[in-house]
Amino acid sequence: MDLKPIDAIPTDDERAAVDHVLAARPPTRDLLLPVLRAIQARVGWISKGALAHACARLHVPPAEAWGVATFYHLLATEPSPRRVLHVCDDVACRARGSAQIAESLAKGASRDDAAWKRSPCLGQCERAPAALLVQAGAPPIERAIGPIDAAIAREAIDGAPPTTPASSGVHQPRESLRLLARVGVVDPESLDDYRAHGGFSALRRAHELGAAWVIREVTDAKLLGRGGAGFPAGRKWAAVAQQPTSTRYVVCNADESEPGTFKDRVLLEEDPFAIVEAIAIAAFAVSAARAFVYVRGEYPLAAARVEHAIAAARRRGLLGDLPIEVRRGAGAYVCGEETALLESLEGRRGEPRSKPPFPVERGLFAAPTVINNVETLAAALLVVRDGAEAFTAIGTAESAGPRLFCLSGDVAHPGVYEAPMGLPLRALIELAGGATQGIAGVLLGGAAGTFVGPDELDLRLTFEDTRRAGTTLGSGVVVVFRDGTDFGAVLHGLAGFFRHESCGQCVPCRVGTAKLDELLARVRAGAPDGSWDDERARLRDLGHVLREASICGLGQSAASAVESAARRFAIWPDVGKREEDR
Amino acid sequence: MAHDGGLVPLRRKVQLTIDGAHVTATEGQTILDVARSLGLDVPTLCFAPNLSPANACRLCVVELEGARTLVPSCARLVEPGMVVTTDSPRVRDARRMVLELLAATVDMQATPRFAEWCARYGARVDRFGAPEARAVVDDNALFVRDYAKCMLCYKCVEACGDDAQHTFAIAVAGRGAHATIATELDTPLPDSACVFCGNCVGVCPTAALQFRAEHELRAAGSWDETKQTRTDTVCPYCGVGCVLTLHVQDDRIVKVTSPSDSAVTHGQLCVKGRFGFEYLGRR
Repeated sequence: MDLKPIDAIPTDDERAAVDHVLAARPPTRDLLLPVLRAIQARVGWISKGALAHACARLHVPPAEAWGVATFYHLLATEPSPRRVLHVCDDVACRARGSAQIAESLAKGASRDDAAWKRSPCLGQCERAPAALLVQAGAPPIERAIGPIDAAIAREAIDGAPPTTPASSGVHQPRESLRLLARVGVVDPESLDDYRAHGGFSALRRAHELGAAWVIREVTDAKLLGRGGAGFPAGRKWAAVAQQPTSTRYVVCNADESEPGTFKDRVLLEEDPFAIVEAIAIAAFAVSAARAFVYVRGEYPLAAARVEHAIAAARRRGLLGDLPIEVRRGAGAYVCGEETALLESLEGRRGEPRSKPPFPVERGLFAAPTVINNVETLAAALLVVRDGAEAFTAIGTAESAGPRLFCLSGDVAHPGVYEAPMGLPLRALIELAGGATQGIAGVLLGGAAGTFVGPDELDLRLTFEDTRRAGTTLGSGVVVVFRDGTDFGAVLHGLAGFFRHESCGQCVPCRVGTAKLDELLARVRAGAPDGSWDDERARLRDLGHVLREASICGLGQSAASAVESAARRFAIWPDVGKREEDR
Repeated sequence: MAHDGGLVPLRRKVQLTIDGAHVTATEGQTILDVARSLGLDVPTLCFAPNLSPANACRLCVVELEGARTLVPSCARLVEPGMVVTTDSPRVRDARRMVLELLAATVDMQATPRFAEWCARYGARVDRFGAPEARAVVDDNALFVRDYAKCMLCYKCVEACGDDAQHTFAIAVAGRGAHATIATELDTPLPDSACVFCGNCVGVCPTAALQFRAEHELRAAGSWDETKQTRTDTVCPYCGVGCVLTLHVQDDRIVKVTSPSDSAVTHGQLCVKGRFGFEYLGRR
């Protein structure tokens, strides 16, 4: 490879941002995203000169670096104001009035040095409507705020930077809590406090009983992944441990981006040492040489807390010689898909890989890789600490253990709730103080999930019950919608989300999500292309090609919420008329 | 890719079933390889025998027993006991939709066999709207880029990158519906890393990349592949001995390609072999 450099000179700030990241380490390709993030954080956008310097230092072809820089929506490739308020425009915040805030901001005067932007779900749904303030500089400012109104949003753009509100804590009786036991109780920045609450006893137990025991215990616990796919964690660990190689990796998927999901953020922010301990256990079990935590770009506090926890645990000698590194995303929902995340970690566009081979065989840097969701790792920690039997004593035969649910929308106390698998949906909503008004529908599993109607609230929340009912637990999202909800607007919002987040690699998803968005705009406007039956056929066909022919879960589930809504709610403008006809 | 002498690794035989036929294939083959060896006409756009599977167009999807979704036959390696169906209603519906979605966003009129496939799968090309017009990018003497015809098959990126040329002058930029093939900051090709090997042109399935002669003839409405002859010869420039296929219309060389199964070129050429033929026309 004989690279042609970009003919442009970086500013001193741009040079410093790049060189700081590469100061004490070899300039490998996988550092491209950290380098681009650093430029963005310091300067507010990635100029030609900055890109030139990044490419020269990392020996990356400029066209490829450009492809990466233009992939992530938190990276700007055109001159941008130093301060940007990202106002959430997604499903949970819309249910709490974010559209009105955006409308009000749109009427305000614009400034050169500060601006606002609509953002997909920021994972702050318990404080909906929420926003993320980002201000470039050295150091930069990154703060999540909420709940906001138009005045608070305007002040965040024009005035002194606001502070992130304290965690809303836990709203349910503490006695039965396991995953959330320490949330709101321990000081998330104190290793001593974590150890005083039993921290690092599970890692000690793992070392005492051995790697094979750990894998057997996690397998016997029937722990299914909590990120959405529900794959058995024990099988994953065993598969990686068995690969004939000397290099293996553990990756913690903390790119929680499913609209309505914020449980992993709460764990990372409030109990970060637990995640670090769980990663150390997983790495021990599969003999991994190195571990990564990929934290979504919109979670500055979570990333800082985990980084602090890793450093503190390392200083105390608790991590042995295992390097654990925090890498941050830069605004791309698709990177929650495990192979897209691995591509992103390697410094490439977050485009999902063709599977097989699966990451257990060929993952990060082509080596066998365990990639687990944050909550899955937190649950594995419980398994190792208390044993498989204690874990399977909770939940049902097929869905073992406790599970976190993210309640938002029209409930009295939005937040993260822990419940044994098998709790009926109605009881879970009651746990959150009940619905604020009559329930018109509930979105389960997020944008990639499905709606259930008010007659389905007795659904038991397990993998098997939801599968039978044609719905999904997904990542534990429960968004409640009150009577009178304009589902046309909700669905159009969901379709717009997928259109925005499709990586563009495969035809079904790149074009299909755009056409689904256009179709729902016509439904909302009451203006069909042809007849409404033509539109129904289009929805059916889009659903088919997205589900059957997309590369990854993003495209495969992009129409699922809309299709489920079409089955349950009167979304078609002609539906009354059609029924009269019959 | 063809194996050019030396030791051939021992490959296991794999038994599978395709459209009811029991087949013995070789480990490392794809479902597409085997289907085509049986004479099954599985349509492809982003596949090329001399590139690694881009796996992007999803036109070649087939049904695999036990799989939750359809699988891309171009990328999926054969496994013992697979039961594959290449032409079920589920497959046909997906292919029809891929064709309809492409037709709604890309000018596919110059794509060989596209109309035939639309007829075969019952695709209605106007059901999801019509593609937007885009200006042709004409920034060099050798070829033009007509991105209205670009379906983002990734082939040109692969040919420019680690599948052939290792120049990395172009990549996919942007995301989703805004994704495009681009140089850094959309720099004109002569200022980019491009070495004008034309390997991108050679693999383009939709004529989004065209030799200047082809572009001029198409603009004049006189491009006619039925009137063209193809003559294989050897490149006169250096000692490598690349096989050239000269495409000639009306006594004029309008395009130069190389067979993808040529052991010398694997279908890839350099700037001289690909574009250095104008002197033949000088009298």
